[in-house]
Amino acid sequence: MPMMMLRGNESTAYAAKLARVKVIPAYPITPSTLFPEKISELIANGEMEAEFLPVESEHSALSAAIGAAATGVRAMTATASQGLALMHEVLFIASGMRMPIVMAIGNRALSAPVNIWADQQDTIAERDSGWIQFYAETNQEALDLTLIAFKVAENDKVLLPAMMGMDAFVLTHTMEPVNVPEQQDVDEFLGEKKINYPVLDPEKPATFGAFVFPEHYMDIRYSQFIAMEHARSVIDDVFNEFEKKFGRRYSKVSGFMVDDAEIVFVTMGSMTGTARETVRKLREKGEKVGLVKITVYRPFPKEEIVSLTKNAKVVAVVDRNISPGFAGAIFTETVASYNNEKKRPKIIDFIMGLGGRDVKIENYEQVYNLAKAALRGKFKEINWIDVDEEAVKEVEGTL
Amino acid sequence: MNYEDMEFFAPGHRACAGCAAPIIVKWVLKISGPKTIVVNATGCLEVFSTPYPHTSWRLPWIHTAFENAAATASGIDAALKAIGKRDDVNIVVFGGDGGTSDIGFQSLSGMAERGHNILYIMYDNEAYMNTGIQRSSSTPFGAWTSTTQVGPSRPLGKEEFKKPIAEIMAAHKIPYVATANPAFLPDFKAKIQKALSIKGPKFIHTISSCTTGWRHDPSKTIEIMRLATETGIFPLWEIENGDFSKIKITYMPKQRKPVEEYLKPQGRFRHLFNEPEKIKEIQKMVDEWWAKFETKS
Amino acid sequence: MKISRGATITEPGSTSLEETGSWRTFRPVIRYEKCIRCMICWNFCPEPAIEKKEGENYPVANPKLIKMPVPVINYNFCKGCGICVNECPTKAIDFIREEK
Repeated sequence: MPMMMLRGNESTAYAAKLARVKVIPAYPITPSTLFPEKISELIANGEMEAEFLPVESEHSALSAAIGAAATGVRAMTATASQGLALMHEVLFIASGMRMPIVMAIGNRALSAPVNIWADQQDTIAERDSGWIQFYAETNQEALDLTLIAFKVAENDKVLLPAMMGMDAFVLTHTMEPVNVPEQQDVDEFLGEKKINYPVLDPEKPATFGAFVFPEHYMDIRYSQFIAMEHARSVIDDVFNEFEKKFGRRYSKVSGFMVDDAEIVFVTMGSMTGTARETVRKLREKGEKVGLVKITVYRPFPKEEIVSLTKNAKVVAVVDRNISPGFAGAIFTETVASYNNEKKRPKIIDFIMGLGGRDVKIENYEQVYNLAKAALRGKFKEINWIDVDEEAVKEVEGTL
Repeated sequence: MNYEDMEFFAPGHRACAGCAAPIIVKWVLKISGPKTIVVNATGCLEVFSTPYPHTSWRLPWIHTAFENAAATASGIDAALKAIGKRDDVNIVVFGGDGGTSDIGFQSLSGMAERGHNILYIMYDNEAYMNTGIQRSSSTPFGAWTSTTQVGPSRPLGKEEFKKPIAEIMAAHKIPYVATANPAFLPDFKAKIQKALSIKGPKFIHTISSCTTGWRHDPSKTIEIMRLATETGIFPLWEIENGDFSKIKITYMPKQRKPVEEYLKPQGRFRHLFNEPEKIKEIQKMVDEWWAKFETKS
Repeated sequence: MKISRGATITEPGSTSLEETGSWRTFRPVIRYEKCIRCMICWNFCPEPAIEKKEGENYPVANPKLIKMPVPVINYNFCKGCGICVNECPTKAIDFIREEK
């Protein structure tokens, strides 16, 4: 298997090529633009056989992907931030119609104010859209998880679309060595796309996107909910198959030095690397700290998170998103995951790295110190890390 | 093959009695035949023809949203191409005036510019009928709608002119653009046939009376649409490759009837008869169109 | 009650199980002796609730037309819009108020 130096967007483009995706409608947006560019290049060079549709908007990109998927072919697109927000309506249609589309996201802040840098608000805002959500920490993961996303999405028990997020610039534009699998191995892993659902075929006419009344709507929504629940075990199975074939191990949630940890960070995406470094550093000083990384955010791995964090005294959730009026999304869902647990750690939210603000080891050390203070009982539920409190106080006043 | 005796659109749908849309649909499908995939923008047609778990469509049919029928169709076109099944299948889109001239215009323009092999048919009932008769860009000058109410301060109804969507589509220089009227059935059928024989994006703008919104007796649907063309308000023409100099008017009324004959039987224009100046303005508009294009044809 | 994944419908044309004839307040009745079998009513029926049938067993306006197909109204679906009544060139279709 060749090692290549790839940017995140190139990793996902190579994944599209290896998955033999047939239709790729896409609209450029920073930081995803390199994806359609790379696809266009691969096709122009004769390295890839696919229909690339340079559509006139993200809304149309996903709409065309639905058209293609409904015709029975593998379809993929890529976007970020405003582009994903523009797709909002179509996201629900793709999942509601059970179209196994895969989409690569360059996780970027949402306007206003306009900002093109790393932030997970765009995909978090779409957590209810019925899409499976993966998050990559590295460009290797971006490639692997895209392939995995196809296999999960197309599984007969699932048939749901999947998005794979990678942080803007940190991954999308940064070169990393990536082990690019051989075509034959990917062919064996994914197999020919099985048409295990009705498609647009004049030989067997079917109606897609009908008008559904209250007597059926809720049952159809429930069936979609069940499919997402099925995805839990399907994802585990596909991770196992992937490891067998390619030797790289994935889990929905993975722990690092959690066994005896009193304080556990919970992170998602590229900022996990810095967290891991911080854990190593603190461990050298004898601190009992660990890390839990979320790779699959939908379906939310509630049991796995609980089992990896329940022995901790404080769980420090790091959210690269914020739901104004409450808290970060991972925090909210981690707390909810403990609903049925008698024994629960203190769970604290740390909002960090929004709009590409650099996430440094010092920031995690600060998180660690605040978590440690919480061990002694003193803590604030939601903490904004590395913000200019004084500057905000001046415009908004004090709470 | 001739499929005129086959019905690809089943009865039992929930269109209002006298709705013109199903007449348009059944004839398009009789011409396009069984090897057709239909894409539908959100609108009356989509709602009344697919009351889950039933469907009126005997052909593959898909609806995704309001503004993206042309994009959805583009994806189907690409997918069929990718699997080598493009040649023998027609892709036909039905969109109302809202889904076409307004909210769906961007995706339609994109479809046309990218050159997809798709026939897009706008059935124009001249307002947002599905939500209850709100004005669209395709609502004609002077028409009452529920958002162009008529009262002492606003005696006219809609104060703006109808967007010339077919001319705009012709300006995209796509291979075929036509206006059509099911009341002139041979012309209507010929245009569908011709459009389907041409590769690339095709656009047909067909008038589609809405008895509820136009406020006329359901039995008058065909009669009123016929008057639209006989008065010259809805001329029947075709333009190939955007060449306006070679516009072909496909039905030439011997003597155009006065516009009043079209306006009078429709409740949506009733108030205009208190504003004779406005009727003159409509007549002038019609005369100008004919003065401009009649000689070219 | 059955549902389908993604609300996909795999029974084409199944609205024909839903009869719309009860919507009717007026009933079109074809007087075959006046009918010239031009099929204009069939052309313009929006349901479509007018079927094209072999005409040999129907009364005929002109014996020459006996081999031509006739329009037959399917009252299970006819909503009584009256387009056929209005468009019939020989006024061969009566429009009669439905008795409740």
